[in-house]
Amino acid sequence: MQERLKRLDVILGIHPESPYQVMEKALKRAPKDIISDLIDSGLKGRGGAGFLTGLKWKFAAAADGDEKFVVCNADEGEPGTFKDREILTLVPKKVLAGMGICAYVIGARKGYIYLRGEYKYLVPHLEREIAEFHKNCFKLELDFNIEIFLGSGAYVCGEETALLNSMEGFRGEPRNKPPFPTNDGYLGKPTVVNNVETLVSAQVVSRIGVEEFKKLGIQDSHGSKLFSVSGDTPRPGIYDLEFGLSLDEFVREFGDGDTKAVQVGGASGFCVPRKKFQSTTIGFPGGLTGDSLPTGGSMMIFNSSRSMYNVLRNYLDFFEEESCGQCTPCRIGCQQLKVGIEAVKRGDKDPEYLQQLLKLTDTMKITAKCGLGQSVANSFSSIVDNFREEMIY
Amino acid sequence: MTKTDMMVKELVDKYGSKRESLLPILQGVYDLEHFVSDEAMVSIARNLDLSSADVYGKSTFYSFLDTIPRGKFVIRVCKTIVCDMHDKNQIVDTLENILKIKVGETTLNRKFSLLYTNCLGWCHKGPAMLINDDVYTDLTPETIREIITDYKNRE
Repeated sequence: MQERLKRLDVILGIHPESPYQVMEKALKRAPKDIISDLIDSGLKGRGGAGFLTGLKWKFAAAADGDEKFVVCNADEGEPGTFKDREILTLVPKKVLAGMGICAYVIGARKGYIYLRGEYKYLVPHLEREIAEFHKNCFKLELDFNIEIFLGSGAYVCGEETALLNSMEGFRGEPRNKPPFPTNDGYLGKPTVVNNVETLVSAQVVSRIGVEEFKKLGIQDSHGSKLFSVSGDTPRPGIYDLEFGLSLDEFVREFGDGDTKAVQVGGASGFCVPRKKFQSTTIGFPGGLTGDSLPTGGSMMIFNSSRSMYNVLRNYLDFFEEESCGQCTPCRIGCQQLKVGIEAVKRGDKDPEYLQQLLKLTDTMKITAKCGLGQSVANSFSSIVDNFREEMIY
Repeated sequence: MTKTDMMVKELVDKYGSKRESLLPILQGVYDLEHFVSDEAMVSIARNLDLSSADVYGKSTFYSFLDTIPRGKFVIRVCKTIVCDMHDKNQIVDTLENILKIKVGETTLNRKFSLLYTNCLGWCHKGPAMLINDDVYTDLTPETIREIITDYKNRE
């Protein structure tokens, strides 16, 4: 098949300048220059939430405290996402160099990689890489030490404050924000929590510079992005693509010719039906026409043989189990949404009951404590609105 | 000192007695005993100067830290959407037939437990499963038979 979409080689590629040379170069610059470069580059977090990375580093650098931390969030749990595992497998040096640059910028001496328990098999590989990284730090006179902290199978720990609670020995329940981790993070100290791919991208900004970085992508969404493609596709896998592609282009390349819908951003993202492929672009919402959807990179493709009711039920099953149970809207909301669509499907409730359930997701969106409960509405409303008949018959 | 106390003490010596050590210690207990017993939780609480309810709350929060006894080899089959679409049910049926247990159960000889888990991050190679820490992908009934035969021969 013809490849229409341009493949980049920014994240996973091998470059003449090694990641540790990039780090060495960065360490010769003033931290404030690195921060202003990052802000100018417009780099946004690659975990899905899309906060400006430069600002995060700036806040942590400015925060008071002689003890600070860098945490690499490798608790990749969003259904349909597997790019962080691929990055840690193929280019761990880029992640570690990104952490090293961050440590230098904010003044941290200690870093952690919070690795989900499902990826425990990566520990020996990562430990070898970390040992080599420490040697490089020693050479560069960077006083920075990294340890791996293993998770134990809890999706919500990917939320940064839940992650910090988990590390501190508490249940992995999200905290109220503010205070933000950049001021009050691990053990109450200023902490930068960045996704694996974000750290690589921060290292990319150091390597190629702001101008080159901004040439990639579109307005408000610069740089490249790793996409995890799965579902009904002849070519499942990881692809390094530019932000700003339309879903239509994407489906032409990755669909099986019978694509009915694409779930952008995993179970907590949006389901886009065929009729909206052309008007939807992938990137962070900005001044574009049509819809622009953010994504942590999860792209799940469904063809016409799939029941969208089953898809939604599977998501709700996931959320019901993974909700930490701390706040009522999410704990009870996820359960009731599942029970609700089952009742409509069975015919025990009228189709109008779906409107009640949509109202419930609106409530969850504004009252749930963290992104988990707030984003259940995304997939629920996009599936129920676009595939209403499948929910009923 | 009971056997459990000895085990916990060794883990506390290794990871430290701060609250931050709690998850690594619980994981250590799980690796050795294939579950976290009440006795272990009480012992950890004593060592870390926490209430045992606190330790219980922590253990039960994580799906990988079972508090009921599991087999030596814990099989966790991914049930999230993409694996589900790729015939996860066939994989589970095959496992149930070979092991003669249902999902959620443990074989009488305490060798295998069969459980579901949420997205393992192998959607492009589904269906996928974990056996303890090892990942198996692109599963078919045939490969399942080979894998389980291999584990049956392990001590």
